[in-house]
Amino acid sequence: MNDYVIEMLNITKTFPGIKANDNITLQLRRGEIHALLGENGAGKSTLMSVLFGLYQPDEGVIKKDGKEVKINNPNDANALHIGMVHQHFKLVEVFSVLDNIILGAEDTQAGFLKKKDARKKVMELSEKYGLKVDPDALIEDISVGMQQRVEILKMLYRDNDILILDEPTAVLTPQEIDELMEIMREFAREGKSILFITHKLNEIMAVADRCTVLRKGKYMGTVDIKDTTKEDLSRMMVGRDVSFTVEKKEKLAKEVVLEVRHVTVPSKLHKNNAVKDVSFEVRAGEIVCLAGIEGNGQTEFVQALTGLEKMSAGRIQLCGKDISKFSIRDRALAGISHIPEDRHKHGLVLDYTLEDNMVLQRYFEPAFQHAGFINKKAVRAYTDRLIEEYDIRSGQGPVTIARSMSGGNQQKAIVGREIDRGTPLLIAVQPTRGLDVGAIEYIHKQLVRVRDAGCAVLLVSLELDEVMNVSDRILIMYEGELVGEFDPKYATVQELGLYMAGARRQPQFGGKEDEVTDDE
Amino acid sequence: MNNSKTAAALKTMLAALICILAGLVIGFIVLLVLAYTGIAAKGEPFTMLDVIKTAYNDGFKQLLMGGFYLKPRAVRNEIALAAPLIMTGLSVGFAFKTGLFNIGAAGQYTVGALGALIFALIFKLPWYVCLLGAALFGAVWGAIPGFFKAYLNINEVITAIMFNWIGLYAVNTLTYMGGNSPMYNLKTTKTWPIAAKSEWSVIPDLGTTYFKKPATIAIFLAVAIALVLYVVLNKTTFGYELKACGLSKTSAKYAGINEKRNIILSMTISGALAGFGAGLYYLSGVAEWQPLVSTVLPSMGFDGISVALLASSNPIGIILSALFISHISTGGGMMNANLFPPEIADVISGVIIYLCAFLMLFRNALGRIFTRKNKGGTK
Ligand SMILES: Nc1ncnc2c1ncn2[C@@H]1O[C@H](COP(=O)(O)OP(=O)(O)OP(=O)(O)O)[C@@H](O)[C@H]1O
Ligand SMILES: [Mg+2]
Repeated sequence: MNDYVIEMLNITKTFPGIKANDNITLQLRRGEIHALLGENGAGKSTLMSVLFGLYQPDEGVIKKDGKEVKINNPNDANALHIGMVHQHFKLVEVFSVLDNIILGAEDTQAGFLKKKDARKKVMELSEKYGLKVDPDALIEDISVGMQQRVEILKMLYRDNDILILDEPTAVLTPQEIDELMEIMREFAREGKSILFITHKLNEIMAVADRCTVLRKGKYMGTVDIKDTTKEDLSRMMVGRDVSFTVEKKEKLAKEVVLEVRHVTVPSKLHKNNAVKDVSFEVRAGEIVCLAGIEGNGQTEFVQALTGLEKMSAGRIQLCGKDISKFSIRDRALAGISHIPEDRHKHGLVLDYTLEDNMVLQRYFEPAFQHAGFINKKAVRAYTDRLIEEYDIRSGQGPVTIARSMSGGNQQKAIVGREIDRGTPLLIAVQPTRGLDVGAIEYIHKQLVRVRDAGCAVLLVSLELDEVMNVSDRILIMYEGELVGEFDPKYATVQELGLYMAGARRQPQFGGKEDEVTDDE
Repeated sequence: MNNSKTAAALKTMLAALICILAGLVIGFIVLLVLAYTGIAAKGEPFTMLDVIKTAYNDGFKQLLMGGFYLKPRAVRNEIALAAPLIMTGLSVGFAFKTGLFNIGAAGQYTVGALGALIFALIFKLPWYVCLLGAALFGAVWGAIPGFFKAYLNINEVITAIMFNWIGLYAVNTLTYMGGNSPMYNLKTTKTWPIAAKSEWSVIPDLGTTYFKKPATIAIFLAVAIALVLYVVLNKTTFGYELKACGLSKTSAKYAGINEKRNIILSMTISGALAGFGAGLYYLSGVAEWQPLVSTVLPSMGFDGISVALLASSNPIGIILSALFISHISTGGGMMNANLFPPEIADVISGVIIYLCAFLMLFRNALGRIFTRKNKGGTK
């Protein structure tokens, strides 16, 4: 018997202007966790979409259990028990969790949905694997972490045993990542096979059995994890050594740029406030990180700061000016750049070209328009520069439709656009989400560069490595409140974890004195 | 330069052509059936060839030739009809581009007609002022659903449908007023012909064979406005904002674009376009308003939806699709009425429109067919 459940042999897939997959071979064993590694735009998602029937390969064959199969669409894939969680989730925002899970695989009786049975099955699965979800919540109201669990449940509900996870951990908290990896191991023990895309080498080292590496659409090789190291992997993928630490000088914090006083933001999910009476400041020349477990009010706080959401109380001061009542545009003009958490919902107009997206925050500036007419030449030149600087890869350069770009390159485009605005305050929410190690290194350098140039940076990150490496000051948010402030030089990841989980609270944030004595 | 854009545009055009072709084929089949029943009813012996000949000569030929079947008079009609159709098409298409469905073009057109009549028959102002008046009336009628949408979050479709009917009956009432309206001619039971009351309120013509009343310079005005809209949508910051709102509300909001303002502006402009279209129609003297029998909304407004769909809302495409729709409906009116009801033209354009609703699907399918062909090529 063949020990490969899935074989993708000599797959080639071309898009306008680019060979996304160039003669790639990938063999997946039964019960293994197989990582797929490669730079942004290397062709990982494309290869997986081919396996899931979303794209037809130009050349190459796919075999399931040694037999050649044609996968023309996701239904075919499903019939072969192949399931996929996409890099950008494919959920119906206004449907409930349960409806999303059963959508397309509904059991009916005389034309009526058998929702009770479905609910039972979902809850059983959720219980069994520890995938906590609220079946009746609407997708638009739940956190990305929960959306992810919904996507995984969707596959389990369909009894899939070949699971494709396209960057599942990019949106998860460290705790959630640990849980997910445990779940993946459990799947593997049950004989399910997993294809796992991630840019985080630690995760590959921790959970994968083998790893296939792609570079610019080409197959670089497949290695056994037990015979390799992180450094080997990154060299294989980028072609050079990558440094995992960020070099930076002592901070030189100057005047206060952002001052937040008693900000309170109502929640859309529950009756409580999502953000409760938050006060702090960020100075020019420092990177302040707002850390915490996802869903503890960071999102709402940032949205209140940028004007996307209304706050119910409090005051925001930017460079000495009260901007609490400003519109979104006026805040941006007053000096806020914003790398948003959700690149598809906010960061990009997906059906605009890359160049149109590059001026999303500046198209009205004199440099890019004259008497209301957009200066296409200037826009093109500007885009070309950012493409060059931030290594934004795509099929057709400035005229590529943003939707067709790889997730990481979409992110690079947004990050480049926002950093380049050069405003006094940069709000960066998960700026390196979905970026490869080389790109992360570059973006971190840029963050430090703007900070050294006197910009105040408010970083919101779930990535503890990033939090510890990049920031000058760490604020921890728990259930909408600040519970602790740390200097990364003197804090440990474990300590931060305790505060994030709500087990501790520093006295100046209303904690009891005796609780913190052992911290010193 | 923009390879992907031209490729996409080509695909869209190809899809539209396929829709048109399919519509014509289905239309021909309908004509065949009608011709068959018509001939069979005579009880004389006949062959299949006769049926085909009749279907072609008495119906399909007219349809294909449109106004050219009866040169030059019908050509002039066709042109006169195309001008307002371009405008309502632009009205719907412009709203589409900005993410709104302006089903209210019919109502805005109706109210625009009232504007044109008031400015021409009562104030007796020159034609260009009357046109602006028509646009103004339409704009107001478009702005109302815009306000409801922006500030009360009421779907523009619902408000627009209601305002269609409110508009229609308001216009009927005002143009009639129990027979006392100064715009109303008791003898003809229509509003007064513009030329009879105010010579200079009539849009001038070129006086050539094809561009003589009712084929006034209206068509050139409509084309000019389509070109302006094309530029506005594609080259200006205003168009950039409007399209961004249409494509992604959340991203537009993130970019600080004032969505409420854009919704209202976009609906106002849409309404103005439809109203302007009515001005072009009534000020060209194609027809008069009939307050007593106008119990349905003018089809011009709804045809605008078809025109916009067929052109995927591209202003330049709208010029072409409006010409096409006006071509076949003019042709439809000249078919042998004993055999074929003129509504056949509507059936055909209906079929085309339905196919256009699937245009997006077609487009994607076409893309897939192309890539598959390429694949075959490389093997
Ligand atoms: N539908 C598409 N149309 C055109 N080009 C595409 C399409 N999908 C992907 N591409 C191009 O193919 C290349 C590979 O993209 P892919 O999404 O597979 O990258 P990836 O390895 O998943 O990267 P990332 O880590 O950033 O997600 C990219 O350059 C992208 O621009
Ligand atoms: Mg990807």
